[in-house]
Amino acid sequence: MTLPSFGWLLLFFLIPSLIIFAYALKPEDSFGGVGEGWTFDTILSIFDTNYFMLIWRTLWLSCLTTLFCLVLALPVGYQLAISKPKWRRLLLILLVIPFWTSFLIRIFAWKTLLHPEGLFKKLLVAFHLASPEATLLYNSAAVLLVMVYTYLPFAVFPIYAAASKFNFQLIEAALDLGASRIEAFFKVFVPGIKKGILTAMVMVFIPAIGAYVIPDLVGGSNSEMIGNKIAQRTFNDRNLPQASALSAFLGLVVLIPMALVALWTKRSKVIEAEARNKE
Amino acid sequence: MAESVVFEQVSKEFGQHKALKNVSLSIHKGEFFSLLGPSGCGKTTLLRLLAGFDTPDSGKILLDGQDITHLPPNRRPVNTVFQSYALFPHLTIYENIAFGLRIANRPEEQIQEEVERMLQLIQMTEYTKRTPDQISGGQKQRVAIARALINKPQVLLLDEPLAALDLKLRQKMLLDLDRIHDEVGITFIFVTHDQTEAMAVSDRIAILHKGEVEQIGPPVEIYEAPKSTFVADFIGDTTFLNGHVAEPIQKDYSKVQMERFPGVMCFNDKALQIGDPVHLSIRPEKIHISGDPPPTHPLINVFQGEVEDVIYKGDHTHFGVKVHGQKISVTQQHSRYLLDEKPIRWNDKVWIWWHADDGFILERNSKGDE
Repeated sequence: MTLPSFGWLLLFFLIPSLIIFAYALKPEDSFGGVGEGWTFDTILSIFDTNYFMLIWRTLWLSCLTTLFCLVLALPVGYQLAISKPKWRRLLLILLVIPFWTSFLIRIFAWKTLLHPEGLFKKLLVAFHLASPEATLLYNSAAVLLVMVYTYLPFAVFPIYAAASKFNFQLIEAALDLGASRIEAFFKVFVPGIKKGILTAMVMVFIPAIGAYVIPDLVGGSNSEMIGNKIAQRTFNDRNLPQASALSAFLGLVVLIPMALVALWTKRSKVIEAEARNKE
Repeated sequence: MAESVVFEQVSKEFGQHKALKNVSLSIHKGEFFSLLGPSGCGKTTLLRLLAGFDTPDSGKILLDGQDITHLPPNRRPVNTVFQSYALFPHLTIYENIAFGLRIANRPEEQIQEEVERMLQLIQMTEYTKRTPDQISGGQKQRVAIARALINKPQVLLLDEPLAALDLKLRQKMLLDLDRIHDEVGITFIFVTHDQTEAMAVSDRIAILHKGEVEQIGPPVEIYEAPKSTFVADFIGDTTFLNGHVAEPIQKDYSKVQMERFPGVMCFNDKALQIGDPVHLSIRPEKIHISGDPPPTHPLINVFQGEVEDVIYKGDHTHFGVKVHGQKISVTQQHSRYLLDEKPIRWNDKVWIWWHADDGFILERNSKGDE
């Protein structure tokens, strides 16, 4: 790593992270500030059943979001990569257009759609897919839906990037050897764009696990996520140490799997190099 | 002989481009058959139609008498060796070869037995655990062949399989291909633009040009008796002279009047009339060259010219001899090369001659062969 990029990382990532980890080890004080001395009490306080439910919900909502995004992005990426350039450009523009609108406005749009008098709700009722009394807003399903909607492009782009480098003759080879299109897709295409899938998972999982605005706007009190709790501890309760402890926990949940992935790819590279040296 | 593959009036267009125009040809069972032609002649399209990656616009494709024109590729008893090998990069050599059997859900012990047999056939038993990016080009080639053969196809399709290999390796792979063909005994269809490859291994060759079949026959026939100017020009080296038939002399020979070459005798099996426009094609190795004039004979054409190019190639020397302003290429084999013999040099006056049987005349139609 070069010095300037290390300086950048130090200033904007390492130091802020260390401050958060340090605050997590401080006691709170009754005036909303950070107390004197060091303690593990703040960290221990997050291992509470209330927090456990919250963490558990955050994890499964993020995992489901990642899963749905992948399932939706894989066929899209495949189709984009095999489309003629003219169509591909059009489809990519269609994918980018939502970004021209503010993230908040798009969430409010969903709020309107899912509203008891909203278009989406009315359509579902018209097709007898939902009862007129059903509430579509302010629950975990609404949070999941809007998260999948919001983060889907972050899954599509890395998968498309990997798919556009994929050698589609491999699909022909698989068909030639007797595989159906579905088998060729899962046994050759999916392993072939493994790195793109991994990137897509990281790109969706990280913002999903730290989501705050989406559960705040379309979720209810029983679909809160860690992000909401951190905001609540920071702004309402003025309890910075506990907010920091939660943030630190969130940081570890993200950093540990990423470190494992980095280690694993490095290891497989070493194995490959060793195999080559043996020749 | 039983037919393995039959194309019946197959046509295929890509947009405005007519890739195949009413192609009909049949390939015998167990034959090593080559589709030869310059790039864009339709040979790869023909192969893709047979593999099932594309469907023809019209016409039928039969395999062992059954119509397979609209069968998807995974249901055809045909397997392909791709030009770029298309080995699965995420699988080991063993798993690449086993792929077809795994898809067919064969029992594990049978897979192991078959893969071992294939590894022995391609002589690569030690490389099972490597991935495709850890083996050489020639080895990839052999793995691609094993992977395609493991499903026991009735026809093996080879799409320019040697194009990415260097010359030495290509020659070795040709011998290997020939050996594998003898061992498995199925029909091989080999697509190539390299005539020496096709000549070396094929039982029969089809020459394709602009989506049409120009000639089908064994290599010797294609080389020694090309049916069209295109074939004569494409296969081997040749000199063309333009002219027209002057008079039939004797039963099989005609005298032809060439531009700048009055009265050339040549073999005429085409029942041409006096005045018909013709090409005369002469292979360079059929022409003799010497500093001294040869003895005269009614069926030997003799001309005097001047040496323009001399290219020494070890086993033979290539000369470009200018006769009446027309360059004729001549090769001289050094079957008995004498160092004290006076060599033919640049600008030397030389005699060149060939027997009437060695020059063949081809019809020159008015629409114009190039």
